[in-house]
Amino acid sequence: MRLEGRAVCLPADIDTDLIIAGRYLRTKDRSIWAARAFEDLDPSLAGKIRGSVIIAGKNFGCGSSREQAAVALKEAGVVCIIAPSFARIFFRNAINLGLPLAQADLPCRDGDLVVVDFSAGTVTLGETTTKIPPLSPKMLEILAAGGLVEHWRKRG
Amino acid sequence: MATLSERILGAPAGEYVDRPVDRAYVHDGTGVLTLEAWRALGSGTIACPGRDYVLFDHIVPANTSTTADLQHELRGFAIGAGMHFSDIGTGICHQLMGEGIALPGEIIVGADSHTCTLGAFGAFATGVGATDMAVIWASGSTWFQVPRTIGIFLSGRLRGYAEAKDLALTYVSRLGMDGASYRALEFIGEGVAHLSMDSRMTLCNLAVETGAKTGLCYADAVTVEYLESFGKIVEPQAPPACRYEQELDIDLEEIVPVIAVPPRVDTISPVSSLSGTPLDQVFVGTCTNGRNEDLLRFASIVRGKKVRVRTIVAPASRKVLEDAARTGILAEILSAGCTVVPPGCGPCLGAHMGVIGKGEVCLSTANRNFRNRMGVGGEIYLSSVSTAAASALAGEIALPGGEE
Repeated sequence: MRLEGRAVCLPADIDTDLIIAGRYLRTKDRSIWAARAFEDLDPSLAGKIRGSVIIAGKNFGCGSSREQAAVALKEAGVVCIIAPSFARIFFRNAINLGLPLAQADLPCRDGDLVVVDFSAGTVTLGETTTKIPPLSPKMLEILAAGGLVEHWRKRG
Repeated sequence: MATLSERILGAPAGEYVDRPVDRAYVHDGTGVLTLEAWRALGSGTIACPGRDYVLFDHIVPANTSTTADLQHELRGFAIGAGMHFSDIGTGICHQLMGEGIALPGEIIVGADSHTCTLGAFGAFATGVGATDMAVIWASGSTWFQVPRTIGIFLSGRLRGYAEAKDLALTYVSRLGMDGASYRALEFIGEGVAHLSMDSRMTLCNLAVETGAKTGLCYADAVTVEYLESFGKIVEPQAPPACRYEQELDIDLEEIVPVIAVPPRVDTISPVSSLSGTPLDQVFVGTCTNGRNEDLLRFASIVRGKKVRVRTIVAPASRKVLEDAARTGILAEILSAGCTVVPPGCGPCLGAHMGVIGKGEVCLSTANRNFRNRMGVGGEIYLSSVSTAAASALAGEIALPGGEE
């Protein structure tokens, strides 16, 4: 699996409240979560992340288990998220929704082209290619199926 | 020589295992997405409804018609599916599971990050998202990577106004917000024996604020006696006999009242260094600090006095509220000028029942002080119950028992 997009840089310890605030959780309308993603960090961000690869600092997605956070980013069109580390519930949620995550500590410049190649286990940013640790076989299976729901349906 | 997580999950750290879960719960916040995901699975089956719990606590009673519609749908589904259901006003999911349901040695998953609270009972309890929970409803099991474990050795006993919350904030600050990512924390040592179950739940509640998968205490005489009061007869767990990936020593005698300053849980200061910080609201409650012990402690400080800042008290469960009513504590809290809201999460996540305004400052006994969490433009300081009580009386941050 090979993905590419323009980099959007974010700091470390982005919590799920910042990804989607608690005041927007009482709905099933996914477009609301997409439109309000990162609102408390930068209200203009939601409009800029379609087709992008988020490059963040460590501990991305810490805090609440709210899956709306991962849904918001997927619905907003984020292609992949790269961070040195992810909070574990967010990690599972993202993979379960078919939103790819890669573990790497990269210098980030907004707008740089990022290419993530899960088959080769690499991330290429500008001229530099960095190795990424492989996802567990279970997670790769889920991601390859397009998410846990699809994985389950295929398995029967 | 296995850690408690390894014993319960039956495999060494690092291994991936599929395990049936003993109990699985969602609340009104996460249940809605879980139900959507479950429907998308298309299987139409609930593997073990007797192990599934749907507990309304996040926005109770419903605040808008949208919330009411979502709750109406989930309520009807849970009852129809034969799941355990508890409606508004019954209490916070983690507290209810801790009132005689969660048992030592069990594997418990909850669609809420603070599910780790139940590690206080010697259970392996961890938070999952909605889609994971949907598959758990359908299959009765899920996968885990057995965590490596950080041993936190507690010696001595808490003194003066220092509480389990101060201890919890202290270990969070020592480990950092991702210092225990994917690990389990085990609280061990003679210091644990002096901590009540209410305190242990507070201690384990904050484990996730270090990135940990869960925090655990071994079931001992205190656990056995507590569960007996709910009619559950259990055995203590064999004490720890393992090596830890990392060890942390904390002398309880040295714990002092501390506050986590916004917007991070791991940035703490002694209360004395923040004394005089003006407050707009004090909030006492949540899955961290809304239990019997907490309300008792709060009442013992505000008894016969008046709070000087608006103060919201949210009992963690109906049982806690009933106990407070029976013992007269509730009347004391009300007489002190506090506003008591229904058992539940209250304003912790900024949804209702005490949302703060732009530029307002809240001192809260909850577990998160993230930016804007309780209201856009507001700031949250996190403290123990005693510090919250002293500060409510002072109208500003104040050290319980007065300045030293």
